[in-house]
Amino acid sequence: MNEEFVLELQHITKVYPGVVALKDVSLEVKKGEILALIGENGAGKSTLIKTCSGAVIPTSGKIVVNGKEFDSMTPQLAAENGIAIIYQEFNNVKGLSAAENLFLGNPIKKGIVIDKKAMEREAEKAFAQLNIKINPKTLVGDLTVGYQQMVEIAKAIKQNAKVLIMDEPSAPLTSAEVESLFKICELLKSQGVSIVYISHRLEEIFRLSDRIVVLRDGEYIKTLQTKESHVEELIHLMVGRDLTETYPDRKNTINEDEVVLELDNVSGNGNHDISFKLRKGEVLGLGGLVGAGRTELAQVIFGAAEKTSGRIVFNGKEINPKSPREAIDLGIALVPEDRKRHGALLDVSVKNNISMPIYKRISTASVINSKIEIETANKYKTELLIKTPSINQQVKNLSGGNQQKVILGKWLAANSELIIFDEPTRGIDVGAKFEIYKLINKMVELGKTVLLISSEMEELMGMSDRIIVLAEGHMIGELDKNSFDQKAIMRLASAVVGG
Amino acid sequence: MRSNVVSQIKDKAIWIVFVVLFIAFAIANDRFVSASNLFTIARQVSMYGIAAVGMTFVILIGGIDLAAGSIITVVNVVCAYLMVKMNFGMVSAVLTALFLAAAIGAINGFLVAKISMPAIIATFATQIIFEGAAYLLSGGVPVYGFDERFKFIGQGYVGPVPVPVIIMGLCFALGAFILNKTYFGRYFYAVGGNEEASKLSGIRVKWIKFLIYSLSGLFAGLAGIVMLSRTNSAQPTAGKGFEFDVITCVVLGGVSVSGGYGKISNVIAGVLIIGILTNGMVLMNVSSYTQMVVKGIVLILAVGFDSIQNVRSVSKV
Ligand SMILES: Nc1ncnc2c1ncn2[C@@H]1O[C@H](COP(=O)(O)OP(=O)(O)OP(=O)(O)O)[C@@H](O)[C@H]1O
Ligand SMILES: [Mg+2]
Repeated sequence: MNEEFVLELQHITKVYPGVVALKDVSLEVKKGEILALIGENGAGKSTLIKTCSGAVIPTSGKIVVNGKEFDSMTPQLAAENGIAIIYQEFNNVKGLSAAENLFLGNPIKKGIVIDKKAMEREAEKAFAQLNIKINPKTLVGDLTVGYQQMVEIAKAIKQNAKVLIMDEPSAPLTSAEVESLFKICELLKSQGVSIVYISHRLEEIFRLSDRIVVLRDGEYIKTLQTKESHVEELIHLMVGRDLTETYPDRKNTINEDEVVLELDNVSGNGNHDISFKLRKGEVLGLGGLVGAGRTELAQVIFGAAEKTSGRIVFNGKEINPKSPREAIDLGIALVPEDRKRHGALLDVSVKNNISMPIYKRISTASVINSKIEIETANKYKTELLIKTPSINQQVKNLSGGNQQKVILGKWLAANSELIIFDEPTRGIDVGAKFEIYKLINKMVELGKTVLLISSEMEELMGMSDRIIVLAEGHMIGELDKNSFDQKAIMRLASAVVGG
Repeated sequence: MRSNVVSQIKDKAIWIVFVVLFIAFAIANDRFVSASNLFTIARQVSMYGIAAVGMTFVILIGGIDLAAGSIITVVNVVCAYLMVKMNFGMVSAVLTALFLAAAIGAINGFLVAKISMPAIIATFATQIIFEGAAYLLSGGVPVYGFDERFKFIGQGYVGPVPVPVIIMGLCFALGAFILNKTYFGRYFYAVGGNEEASKLSGIRVKWIKFLIYSLSGLFAGLAGIVMLSRTNSAQPTAGKGFEFDVITCVVLGGVSVSGGYGKISNVIAGVLIIGILTNGMVLMNVSSYTQMVVKGIVLILAVGFDSIQNVRSVSKV
């Protein structure tokens, strides 16, 4: 046993029906370090860390915490031994205050009643310790995603976590929130807490981590000292090949005279007086902070939310889609951002998910043409590098990023004229990101039109022909390709709208 | 791969249960395995099997249809009434009764899909309404005296096979066809699995729900016709408690009560298990109250198994 290590995973193997998720993977976490865990979608990152909380029981291997050996963990054991995991889906209760969430499961009591005052006082202290400003009385449901996450972290620290494991914590955050997250990580590190950090954003890895562990196809590849490594090396190790460019080139495909979508003073679903034109073959980026109203605007165009005033003109005709069905029939698709809630049918196979919007089209007298169905599914499995043993696998058994790809494939298969992408690459690995960019390019080259929502500034600038910035439901500015500038966009995005 | 075999077996577990039960009853009672008894079992379960197809659809979308029993009663009474009191021809009486059954299902569909009532309350209310209505129509006395030919549906044979068994077989085939081969069958799984995602995929969720409850009414109605022909007289309480057995069959057949997962092939096993359980217990002179206790326990076991699996897969996330 090595004194230095607070957590060791030894020779972990995990076998699922038809899939070996982990093959003999070992890693060690030192006291007070930030260890990054990276790898492509389906590499086994989430599975590996879930063995630390008992959410996954390893087929073989050992988990060693402070010298104590375990064959498998349970959530209780993990908590007792100072291991806390923050999953992407938080385990908070939206209807309770921040303070009550902090004490969920073991509230401070006075006799048989809970002592709210004391909990709020303690919560205040816990938040102060992490330099976060949250009113303990606020309902967690009213907090932004970023603050919700901070409550989770505070909870872990309050329960004396010595190892804090975070699975893609930055994915749902805005850039400002990511900064706060980093500050908290640094602070915790200085207090001797170890952090395991999973992310697909390599720039974060380089800023934050001390060491990097790379997984590929369920196998341990290498451990790197962050200071001695560089992006190209990481990508090479993750993907197993070189990726030279980040954004593929695209021919100018814009047809200046043909306006596909026009919004004329559209209000509704939290947005006010939005007007813009989208031309055929164009990629229009929608920038802004999380909560700026971009998703909400997309829902209005897609008929998933109500428009209160203004006109939407699609291909020269005014439209008023009352349901997604109508929008889809018109030729509009929306790739939603929240894959669990809006996107994937988790119990259903990859094949059925992809074919869902086109079933009607590929059916004769209601009977599905299964040959086309299988061909379509296989096509997108290959094109999007969906990692699954078979197209008949249930989507819930895929890794997070691969679920995202399935949803993407589903809308690509629908072959719509206007495609709205809401955070298409969230949680997707570098290699597949590039494939998605190429697909977006291919689509506009085929004469389709794209509305792209992304919180990743680089991606927005790299992929769009034009960018429109929203803030608090208002349109704040518009930038042409040659005037793209990260600072300018940020300034617009954080504009405070009068009133 | 070994673990693949395991999941295969899990999927077919209900058939293994069936085989085990079958062998157990065969050993316990030598009259059980005779050809005539086996056909008797098949004929006895045929009504449950037919209604189970519609109920499978309903449970697949996470719903429930408590009105199935009273739909059967209505069909019994109305069809008999039309034939005996109104001099309807056999075919038009049957068709009218089936139409009425689908219409009652459509009312359920309307309440659940359009008004967004919880299925358990909506179908509970229609159950009571139509149970009462059937009683009023019949005046509380059995209606009988049908055309001889009407018996064929419930009592006839084609070769050695009873006609109701053939009808059940056709219904199972139709159900499996709808679920596996048609696009709206796929929509059933989608709606049950994730309503929000289905809506955003362009599926008209409300319409699908409406369709499913109407179909459930129709299948229950068909079961009612078979029952009427078998008993040759319409009882004003013919279908009382019928939905309980149908729901048990479906859940036993592994259709997830929270929606989104299930197969007709396994529902067949569920139906057969209830069939041999009832028949076996009758042959062994088990009282009908004991039978109730046993069936209730079977339902708990079936749902419990489903729920445990659900909890497992949720905690994985
Ligand atoms: N319950 C399961 N049944 C079958 N296969 C599974 C199950 N859970 C995970 N897998 C498989 O294990 C592999 C590793 O998945 P994991 O979620 O650990 O990937 P990941 O590295 O976290 O990827 P991502 O970056 O996309 O989140 C994947 O191929 C996935 O399909
Ligand atoms: Mg993951």
